[in-house]
Amino acid sequence: MRVSDLLPVAAGGAVGAVLRFGVDSGAPDTLFPWATMAINVVGAFALGALPALALVRSSRRVTLVLGPGVLGGFTTVSAWAGQTRALADDGHAGIAGLYLVSTIAVGLLAAALGQRIARRPEPDGALG
Amino acid sequence: MTVLLVALGAAVGAPLRYALAQALDGRFPTGMLVVNTLGSGLFGVFAALSLGVGGWALLGTGFCGAFTSFSSFAVQSVERPAPTAAAYVLATTVLSVGACALGWTIGAL
Repeated sequence: MRVSDLLPVAAGGAVGAVLRFGVDSGAPDTLFPWATMAINVVGAFALGALPALALVRSSRRVTLVLGPGVLGGFTTVSAWAGQTRALADDGHAGIAGLYLVSTIAVGLLAAALGQRIARRPEPDGALG
Repeated sequence: MTVLLVALGAAVGAPLRYALAQALDGRFPTGMLVVNTLGSGLFGVFAALSLGVGGWALLGTGFCGAFTSFSSFAVQSVERPAPTAAAYVLATTVLSVGACALGWTIGAL
């Protein structure tokens, strides 16, 4: 690892976390943590599909800003674990289990789908 | 102000995650597993401490939120062979939620 890699990751991470904060603050307050689930699923898809961006394929710095930076900071395991724990503690064990499992299932599917899209060969004559 | 604290916490958490993952991830993503377990444990501690709005923005939403990463976990899982992926998914789930519950208990003492 190069020490110079840390700055783009830090800058991207700050942007991603602020985006997550914005989505969370703007979303309606529901028992099932839809907002965090959506954040994690969308982020997993985007990280899988990231190599599809020509800019990402050509620039290491852009990859660091967007991948471990923005998408790493946007998505979160700690809030997912925290919400699961809180739901279970508050007597909603069923919803906690459903939230835990559905985030993994849909999140992994989204990541796989993103990767599939990224690996699809570009059509003839495509620019970039 | 709250937004700035989220950004500040994340600006520390994200590069720390990257450094640990780079150092420890191999055929099995040990680095990310450690990061997600540790970050979830701290999240539990901070949640139990009932921090003010600013403290939670900095440490919970900012630092722990950006230190841990679901997107890396998901992509690493689908990139690994099935037995490794299954072990990684199970370990991340059990250890993250377990650490968070433990942190919550410790923080509430």
